[in-house]
Amino acid sequence: MATAEEVAKAAERREVRDRWLLSAPALLVILLAATGPLLIVVVYSFLAPGPYGDVKWQFSSDAWTSVFLERDIFDDTLSLAAAHVTIFLRSIKLAAVTTLATLALGFPTAYFMATRSEKTRDLWLFLITIPFWTNLLIRTFAVLQIIRNEGIINTILLKLGIVSAPVQILYTDTAILIGMAYVYLPLMVLPIYASMEKLDFRLVEAGYDLYATRFKVLWKIIFPLVKPGVIAGSILVFIPALGAYVTPSILGGGKNMMLSNLIELQFGQGRNWPLGSALSITVMIIVMVALLAYVRNAGKSGVRHG
Amino acid sequence: MASNFSIKHQPGFTAIAATCFVVLYLPIIVLVIYAFNAATSTSEWGGFSLKWFQSAYQNTQVIDATLRSFQIGAIAAVLSTIFATMAALATTRTASYPGLTFKYAAINQPLMVPEIVTAVALLIFFSRIKIFTGYSGLGYLIAAHTAFCIPFAYLPIRARLENMDLTLERAAADLYATPWKTFRRITLPLLWPGILAGLMLAFVISLDDVVITEFVKSGGQDTLPTYMLGQIRRGITPEINAISTAFLLLSVAIVTLFFFVSRKRD
Repeated sequence: MATAEEVAKAAERREVRDRWLLSAPALLVILLAATGPLLIVVVYSFLAPGPYGDVKWQFSSDAWTSVFLERDIFDDTLSLAAAHVTIFLRSIKLAAVTTLATLALGFPTAYFMATRSEKTRDLWLFLITIPFWTNLLIRTFAVLQIIRNEGIINTILLKLGIVSAPVQILYTDTAILIGMAYVYLPLMVLPIYASMEKLDFRLVEAGYDLYATRFKVLWKIIFPLVKPGVIAGSILVFIPALGAYVTPSILGGGKNMMLSNLIELQFGQGRNWPLGSALSITVMIIVMVALLAYVRNAGKSGVRHG
Repeated sequence: MASNFSIKHQPGFTAIAATCFVVLYLPIIVLVIYAFNAATSTSEWGGFSLKWFQSAYQNTQVIDATLRSFQIGAIAAVLSTIFATMAALATTRTASYPGLTFKYAAINQPLMVPEIVTAVALLIFFSRIKIFTGYSGLGYLIAAHTAFCIPFAYLPIRARLENMDLTLERAAADLYATPWKTFRRITLPLLWPGILAGLMLAFVISLDDVVITEFVKSGGQDTLPTYMLGQIRRGITPEINAISTAFLLLSVAIVTLFFFVSRKRD
């Protein structure tokens, strides 16, 4: 006879098994069509490029060497690959500035939304959600039509006589920046709003009672309390901005490459799949570092506030 | 203290917020207006016309791409929602058990990796499989879309489940309902708004995807977004505005529906 304890244990084991079975299809699909292939990319980054794309199955560390270095074709010396370094730095810079720009615009917007009456809050939330769920390509295309030489901005500037010739915005880094800030803004507003909504304004009132200035209240009371939302928003903007593909390919033209365009090039005309793989892994490592920093920071500053 | 002193006021914040909302909507409004432009050029206004909608409708490439988008989106949304529902049932309303954290991490993994990296990984993996099997149909796109839709479908379903306590299910079990009957008659109806929200979210996410589709598709497998990307790169005509406008309308309709379904608390 089994004891009651054994029966309970068996039931518990059965439940854990059932829960694994239930989640198996989702895990399997993700393993096959998302996580698993990432491991193959790691393998590919250590192979030699095939003549018509794909790879030759022989070990080579060339791809990793040429992520940041280039071999001189005459004397075989290694030097810093200026083109790659430039693209890495430009991508990181553009992603960082996009994050700061969306924060500067998104924080006040989230604050504004959170301080509305309960009823209108839903409406504002809805207005932010709509652009968030509309196609990123279409929103980028909309920006293209605004900033191009025949676009509304240049037309107005010309009509007012402020400039005599259209200002070239399209196909510059500024265009990529405007485009990314535009498409990722809702990603910044939504998490900050989520933290802000829970803000206890009695603390703000207490601050004013103790003669704090508006700025001091903002900086010493509100900002620390919504910090988890700010960090979440920054991560949500930084990661896709770093790997952005659509926005730089439409607004940046051919010359202003970002990391994703450089990677794409290796799988297209470049015919260097191992290098493309090594570059992809490098992007992923940067993202992982950013995520780790986020997790550590979130742990420290305490989600407890929320 | 003066009666008009508002503790919620911060100087300049309302102005910035107003700017944000205007800036968010202005480009979209301009895009929609130019879809009704009679002129062939996209830079001048030639009067109101529906001819670009008509030309898009008669463009077989557009229709093909649209139907393909819907087909992939519908299959991927249904599959990912079913899988996400099962996974949500397996990962909520339980004490922690071995592997639970792993499951959370695995389900959310597609959100953590930049799309371009996943796209490249799938390009490599699927090109191998294509060589081995010789199959080059829509299956690859459907598999890829299902995978990245799962975390999105999972979100609202899990949120809904976590707000449901187990009392009703326990009561049903006490009354000798089988586990399946309890699920069918109690859990599923209560969970339904979450599932519906997940389904719509997954459909929109699939419909919007550009990067992964662009890398995974074989020749002649353009979806509407990848077709549009190709057109925009080649130079723009108001036809793109017309297609965008129709696309926008659909997205807004789905989001509105989503908003009401997920807000409904019954």
